[in-house]
Amino acid sequence: MEILKTYKLYIGGQFTRTESGRSYQIQSASGQAIANACLGSKKDIRNAVQAARKAQASWAAKSAFNRSQIIYRIAEMLETRKGQFIEELVLLGHSNPAAVAEVQSSIDRCIYYAGWADKYQALSSSVNPVSSPHFNFSVPEPMGVIGMVTCQETALIGLISQILPLIVGGNSVVVIANTTKALCAISFAEVLATSDVPGGVVNILTGEVAEMLPTLAGHMDVNALSLAKIEDHLSRNAQEAAVDNLKRCQLYNLDYFDSKNQGLHFITDFQEIKTTWHPIEQIAGGAAGY
Amino acid sequence: MQPKYTPQELLVRLKSAPPIDQIGTHERISKIQSRSLKGPAKLHGLRLALSMIDLTTLEGKDTPSKVRQLCIKAQHLHGINPDLPKVAAVCVYPTMVGVAKKALENSTIKVAAVSTAFPSGQAPFEVKKLDTLYALEHGADEIDMVISRGHFLAGEYNYVFDEIAAIKALCGSARLKVIFETAELDSLDQVRRISDLAIAAGANFIKTSTGKIQPAATFPVVLTMLGAIKDHFDKTGQMIGMKPAGGISSAKIALQHLLLVKEVLGEAWLTNEWYRFGASSLANDLLMQYQKQLTGKYQSAAYFSID
Repeated sequence: MEILKTYKLYIGGQFTRTESGRSYQIQSASGQAIANACLGSKKDIRNAVQAARKAQASWAAKSAFNRSQIIYRIAEMLETRKGQFIEELVLLGHSNPAAVAEVQSSIDRCIYYAGWADKYQALSSSVNPVSSPHFNFSVPEPMGVIGMVTCQETALIGLISQILPLIVGGNSVVVIANTTKALCAISFAEVLATSDVPGGVVNILTGEVAEMLPTLAGHMDVNALSLAKIEDHLSRNAQEAAVDNLKRCQLYNLDYFDSKNQGLHFITDFQEIKTTWHPIEQIAGGAAGY
Repeated sequence: MQPKYTPQELLVRLKSAPPIDQIGTHERISKIQSRSLKGPAKLHGLRLALSMIDLTTLEGKDTPSKVRQLCIKAQHLHGINPDLPKVAAVCVYPTMVGVAKKALENSTIKVAAVSTAFPSGQAPFEVKKLDTLYALEHGADEIDMVISRGHFLAGEYNYVFDEIAAIKALCGSARLKVIFETAELDSLDQVRRISDLAIAAGANFIKTSTGKIQPAATFPVVLTMLGAIKDHFDKTGQMIGMKPAGGISSAKIALQHLLLVKEVLGEAWLTNEWYRFGASSLANDLLMQYQKQLTGKYQSAAYFSID
């Protein structure tokens, strides 16, 4: 007998059912039920943000090299589960070559961002000339907990392209995954769970964007939003709700198959720049130097 | 001092307590835990819980300025909502009573001092007496004493009884809370026994724990103690206060405790005259939940004072 897998939420490193107890069916391109998924709720958002907050500081405190290793590990785990992802994409209506291409690009993207982990700091920081005896320098710091709605058109590449630059930079994320194509999102959570990414750094929820996004956007403990293209009114409402604690909102509408849409600025989109004034002595009456 | 009971009399009295039904206790607790307060009832519950807090700092590293900071927090919980109730008391070591008293001189907030060689209680009685007197001389309004668990577990009930009675006699108008440290007492029957003993010896409040040993204020323990208070009230008409302390760090748990006390003892205990929470981090969670109720938005610890 064939049974439908129930895809759970991924919160704090655990696969949990939604607190609301609701579910919905994910259908194949031909309209057949292929899986059950959790219809997430506001309280799931609350729990996920709590988990993300708890995990963020120690994730950011890991050495850049270690974060790089862990993200490279995601690529390795994706590679071993390639078949599963291709199968899922085909079920969702992709042609076989298109599915293979999407999974391959996703793995490449993981390796690409793994490489950035110990380089983006050097490239986005600066020593600034100031006219006082100070050593003045600016360095990037992760913003904290980021709320995210992933690309609703692609199933895997969009998800990965949005999540990875954020966690490379030491943030933790709460993701509202693609509703109709949620299979790959939760399978990706299974990859994360087996790839040394600490629980809580990435939290993935399935359900209706319209129901969960207002809570996420209004949550005072979320520091920024990363929104893929969604309906205009949802996006506008989210940006309004984000005002209370001045969340930074980044809106993306990109073709992630294009390798132009990867790069340093996707990391720095979610970094704050900290500038430090460090007093230096006047040496022997000479001009201020470093 | 003349002992109030002979050993035999006290034992008879303690043994008359009903045995605790552990399964029944857990069943009742699970019913309480499945309930949740919503809307205006929740708002009321959060305010009530705030007003019942004994804001506590009991660390070796406490300094006068830490205590003063705590006292300021006790009086101004959250600047955005000035109509919030104030906490019931601040709870400190005897050496900090003077500092706290001065910092709170223009307020109605009480100062509670832990006493009798808190937290272990392992000191000669003379020392415990001096400890208590020191706190009282510096103006403590309430004394939180620990019992001698070693003596209690060894069956020396009269020793424990006399000790509580003697400290009570020192207290005068200050109210006496008796801390059992239930995590060290092994069974709910022992919790019931010490509750009866402390009430008979003159405790105004019975308190679960020091907060130094886990598990602290668990629901089964609290329910057992509330049972002792209820039986005493039914028999004598005298009210005894309850103070769960330690491990109550979320608003959700605090509200469930309030449900429990309302069910077991009734409305009369729903005031900080008769019910207290010993806690340090609970206040902020209550404030965050309160703000969430008002604004509909989940809150961040970043916008509440560090404690």
